[in-house]
Amino acid sequence: MEPILFTLFGAIAVGGALLVVTRKNPMSAALSLIMSLFAVAALFVLRQAHFLAAIQVIVYAGAVVVLFIFVIMLINVPENRLPIEKPTVYRLLGVVAAGLLMIEGGLASRNFSAPATAVGEVGSVEAVGHALFTDYLFAFEVTSVLLLAAVVGATVLAKKKI
Amino acid sequence: MEQLTALIIQKVPALAVAPWAVTLLLIGIVAFIILQFAMVFAGFGTYLERKIAADIQGRIGPNRVGPIGLLQFLADGIKLILKEDIIPTAADNHLFRMAPYLIFTGSFAAFVVVPFGFSLIAADLNIGIYYVMAVTSLVSIGVLLAGWASNNKWSMLGGMRAAAQIVSYEIPVGMALIPAVLIAGSLSTQDIIRSQGGLLGIFGWNLFHNPFSFFSFFLYMVAALAETNRTPFDIPEAESELVSGYNTEYSGIRFGFFFMAEYADVFVVSALATACFLGGWQIPFFNAASLPPVWANLLSLGVFMAKALALVCVIIWIRWTLPRLRVDQLMRMSWKYMVPLTFFNFLGVSLWVLVFKGKGIPQMIASIFG
Amino acid sequence: MMGPSAYLILSGILFAIGAIGVVARKNALIILMSVELMLNGVNVAFVAVGSYMGDPTGGIFAFMVMTVAAAEAAVGLSILIAIYRLKETIDITELSVLKW
Repeated sequence: MEPILFTLFGAIAVGGALLVVTRKNPMSAALSLIMSLFAVAALFVLRQAHFLAAIQVIVYAGAVVVLFIFVIMLINVPENRLPIEKPTVYRLLGVVAAGLLMIEGGLASRNFSAPATAVGEVGSVEAVGHALFTDYLFAFEVTSVLLLAAVVGATVLAKKKI
Repeated sequence: MEQLTALIIQKVPALAVAPWAVTLLLIGIVAFIILQFAMVFAGFGTYLERKIAADIQGRIGPNRVGPIGLLQFLADGIKLILKEDIIPTAADNHLFRMAPYLIFTGSFAAFVVVPFGFSLIAADLNIGIYYVMAVTSLVSIGVLLAGWASNNKWSMLGGMRAAAQIVSYEIPVGMALIPAVLIAGSLSTQDIIRSQGGLLGIFGWNLFHNPFSFFSFFLYMVAALAETNRTPFDIPEAESELVSGYNTEYSGIRFGFFFMAEYADVFVVSALATACFLGGWQIPFFNAASLPPVWANLLSLGVFMAKALALVCVIIWIRWTLPRLRVDQLMRMSWKYMVPLTFFNFLGVSLWVLVFKGKGIPQMIASIFG
Repeated sequence: MMGPSAYLILSGILFAIGAIGVVARKNALIILMSVELMLNGVNVAFVAVGSYMGDPTGGIFAFMVMTVAAAEAAVGLSILIAIYRLKETIDITELSVLKW
C-alpha cells in the first residue's frame, strides 16, 4: 500500500511545486503551493507522523498561505504590471544549476539505508512532546523569542505610522 | 477500521483475497453516511432556524410543505439545484468554481473525528481535536478565494473580514479546548469523553471539573461562534453593509454548498463542545461498556445527539436575539480579551491538574462523603 | 516496505524545484513561495529519516523548520508590502537602489 500512496502524493507534491514556479498569476501559485503542502502532509501521515502532519496543515494552510493570499489581495498588482519574465542566459544557468543539484542529491541519497530499528510512532503527539520538552527544551524556548521578534518586526515593517 | 475489516473477512472468508478493497469500500460507506448526515442536517438546520426565528419574531414560519412545514428543506434544496448557476463574467472562473468545494471540504472533513456514540466514530485519531483545528483552516482559504474570485468589492471585503476573523479566533478556540485535553491527557475525542464517565453522572463532565474548565466552556462557545461566522459575529456576511459578503455573487447549488458548510460548522462546533465539556455520549449513571454493544451505541448516539442539538438550538437563539458587532470591536475582543482570558484559563487548568493530580471538585466532594 | 531513499529523492526534487523558483523568477511573491517549498522539501527528508531511524529528533527538526518558515513568511511579506508602498513594484530586478 505504501508505495502506491507514496507515488500518488509524491506526484501531487512535485506537480504542485512545478506549478508554483511556473504560474504567472501569484494567486494560482499560492493555490498550487497549498496543494503541494497538503501532499507533503499526507506523506507525513504515511510515515506515521500524524502530529507533524496536523502541524503542517495548521501552520501552512491556516497561517502561511492565508498570509500570502492576504498580501496578494492587499497589494493587488494588476495583470499588466506583473514582472515580465524573459528567459535570460543567467536564469537558464540558474535552472541548469538547480537541475544539477537535484541530480546530485538523487545520486547521493540513492543508496541511503537506515539502521533497521523498530519503527514506533515517532511523530506522534507523545513522542514529539516528550522530545520537545526534555532534550530540546532550550531550542523550544528560543523559538518563542524568534516568533516574538518576527511579530514585532512584521508589525514595524508593515505599519505606515507607528 | 482495520478491526472492522478483519471482522468482515472473518465472516466472509472469500473476501480475504483483497483486504484493501474491503477497507476501501468501508471507508466509502462511512464517508457516504456522514455526507448524507451533513446534508440532511443542513436541511434540518435551516428548518429549525426558520422555525425558531419565526417564534422569536412572533411569526409562524415555514408551514406549507409537508406537516408543519417539515419538508420545507426538500423544496429549498430542489430550488437551489434547479436554479441557474451564474458565474459573473468578471470573475476568475476556476477559482470561483473551486472556492465552495474548498469550504465544504474543510467543514465536512471535521466530521471524521466527531464521536457520535460509544463506538460510532469514523476514525479515532490520536490527534483528534488538533485534526479538527487543522482541517477547518481550509475554510479560511476557501472564504478568501470566494471573496477574491468574485471580483466584487463587497465579496472582497467580506472575504478579507472572514479570513481575518477566522484566523484570529482560531487561537481562542484552540486554547479554550485545551482544559479538556489536559484533564483527559489525550487529544483523541473518544479518550476525552471516556475521561468524563464514572458514577457521578453529570458531575463527571469536564464542565464541572473545576472553575477554569467551567469558564472555558463559555469562552469556547463565544470563540466558536465567531469562527463559524454566526451572529453576533457575522460581520463577513453583514447584510446591512456588505449585501451578503463573500457569497454575494454565488447562486444555485454553489450557494447551497456555502449553506451546507455553515450548518456543518455549527454542528461540528456543538459536537466538539459536547464532547469536550458536556460528557459526550456518556449516559448518566450508566457505564456504556457494560451494556450490549447495540444498545450501548444506540443509547449513546441518542444522548450525544440530544446534547449537540440542544447546543445547536442555543446557537440559533443567539443569532436571533443579539445584534451584530462592529469589525474593530470584533478584533479587539479577540486579541485583547479572548486570547488573554484563554491563556489565563490554560495556566489555571494546568496548575489544577498538577496540584490536584487531575481530580475535579465533584470527585473531591464525593471522596469526602466516602 | 519502502526504503528511505525514495523519500530523500523526493525531498531533493522538491528542494531543487524551489531553488529553481528562487533563482529564475522575478516576482517577489513567488520567490517567497519557492523558499517555502525548499523548506518543505527539507522537512520531508527530516521526517522520513527520523521515522526510519526511530528517533523523534527528525520530527523536532521539522517542527523548528516550520516555525522558522512561518516567521520568515511573516517578515518577508511585510518587507514586500513596505517595498510595494515605496516603489509600486514587486519585480525584484527593479529593486536595485543599493547597486551603484
